[in-house]
Amino acid sequence: MNDVKIDISGLRKSFGSVEVLRDIDQQVTAGEVVCVIGPSGSGKSTFLRCVNLLEEPTAGKVVVDGIELTDPDTDIDAARRRLGMVFQQFNLFSHLSVLSNLTVAQRKVLGRGKAEAEAVARENLERVGLADKAAAMPAQLSGGQQQRVGIARALSMNPDVMLFDEPTSALDPELVGDVLAVMRGLADEGMTMLVVTHEMQFAREVADRVLFMDGGGIVEQGPPADVIGAPKEERTRSFLARVLNPTHTEAAPTE
Amino acid sequence: MAVDAPPTKSGPAKSGMSKRQRGRVIRGTQYAVLIAVLAALAVLADWGRLQEAFFNLDVAAGLFPDVITVALVNTVVYTALGFGFGLGLALILALMRMSSVGPYRWISGAYIEFFRGLPALLIFLSVGIGIPTAFPGFSLNRNITIMLSLGIVGSAYMAETIRAGIKAVPGGQIEAARSLGMSPARTMITVVIPQAFRIILPPLTNELILLTKDSSLAFVLGSTLDQQELTQFGRAALTNFRSMTPILVVGLCYLIIIIPLSVVQQRLERRFGGGADKGSSGHGSGT
Ligand SMILES: Nc1ncnc2c1ncn2[C@@H]1O[C@H](COP(=O)(O)OP(=O)(O)OP(=O)(O)O)[C@@H](O)[C@H]1O
Ligand SMILES: [Mg+2]
Repeated sequence: MNDVKIDISGLRKSFGSVEVLRDIDQQVTAGEVVCVIGPSGSGKSTFLRCVNLLEEPTAGKVVVDGIELTDPDTDIDAARRRLGMVFQQFNLFSHLSVLSNLTVAQRKVLGRGKAEAEAVARENLERVGLADKAAAMPAQLSGGQQQRVGIARALSMNPDVMLFDEPTSALDPELVGDVLAVMRGLADEGMTMLVVTHEMQFAREVADRVLFMDGGGIVEQGPPADVIGAPKEERTRSFLARVLNPTHTEAAPTE
Repeated sequence: MAVDAPPTKSGPAKSGMSKRQRGRVIRGTQYAVLIAVLAALAVLADWGRLQEAFFNLDVAAGLFPDVITVALVNTVVYTALGFGFGLGLALILALMRMSSVGPYRWISGAYIEFFRGLPALLIFLSVGIGIPTAFPGFSLNRNITIMLSLGIVGSAYMAETIRAGIKAVPGGQIEAARSLGMSPARTMITVVIPQAFRIILPPLTNELILLTKDSSLAFVLGSTLDQQELTQFGRAALTNFRSMTPILVVGLCYLIIIIPLSVVQQRLERRFGGGADKGSSGHGSGT
């Protein structure tokens, strides 16, 4: 393996007696775009949240850039700076303007000066096509704009890896395209990305590798042409049949 | 009145009036009583004396400018001192109440239960008179005494309000802050507390209004002329002038303080409109 960014081994997560992740091993190399697909409740979000320890794994190791996040002696706040996260519900700081959303962590966490932080922020707003919204409050933006601000906020910390948890699932269909375009741009620039998504078209075109999760484990993985184009596992096939052709849900048991 | 369901056996009321007719008669009677009372007041009351008692312009004029420059200013200063101290103390208590360290939680809980249950007057008496009496030689500046007393009274209530506000901040805000590398303390200061205060603006304004009125309890500490706040000023004027006018004027002064507070509160609320979070447009997950 060349230049491993994320190295996950033996990852398990239980909520009480419910086992949500069972023994996951995964490696993500630098510049790789990995899309995670799977039915609702299969543990995709939990998996992603274990990578930056928003969720504390029950067992196993998570290593990012050679630093073991699961080691209790690791400075988790410092380690998280390498990992940008984008949420389904955007989670912009509702009391701060767009610009402040992008500068607050740069200043308080990275200790950047005001001028530098604002320059970085404006650069990233430009990148997501929202240079003119710096002064707006989050509540004044559309969902698609809020999500692009969310991406710009994460990018402002100069992360090595970006984690996306269904970034377009809360958006009206006509707003999805703008957000996906920004993500596609990031992938083209060589950002390492772990993306939980239901956008099969995006996964097919942008992902280097697709993971299909079901029941807390990774059932099938490989290049999108294989996993989405020619799935081997029955579970993958029935999931894709439901997602790609949602009106024909005949026999497939829904979660 | 409630006879509109199935036609009852007793049939229409004995008086032979329909429900609507009866309603009209009742309403007419109420107006008639009101008019009779007002007319009686107008005829019987001694308006000259009433005006003299309640709003004697000479007496009112004699209260100025001190009622504003001394009494109103003192009320505002005492309230500000108490509220400022109380708010700071309340924030500490609220954070202690949510601490992972057990003893902090117990101390804060006991404090809140204890001081919420005591009359404000008792606290003024103990801080202002009890403590100096029990520990001779130990004396507090009068303003400090007021600040402590009002602050203690207010903090017990405000601590609970602040705690509720902190809990009402959406979890997604905290996760976003943590994922950007903020420590728990940094997250609290930068994200949670500012948003909590926006949520609790209305109850906090309420508390400020209550404290404004409680500042009148400073009278138990005794005061020189230039230390009088509104209520005490009114009381002193009452004995000098033998008229209700000072009470009326002082009452209006309280409203002069409190009504703008309500207006400011409404303004702020409108400005921060969205409140907590509007990003919860729907949990569009699933397959
Ligand atoms: N904090 C929690 N406490 C208890 N159970 C949880 C918690 N978070 C998730 N779960 C459970 O873990 C399982 C996996 O949840 P997860 O959110 O990871 O699924 P998902 O694949 O992301 O689903 P979706 O596509 O709906 O977002 C679910 O059964 C869920 O009920
Ligand atoms: Mg999820």
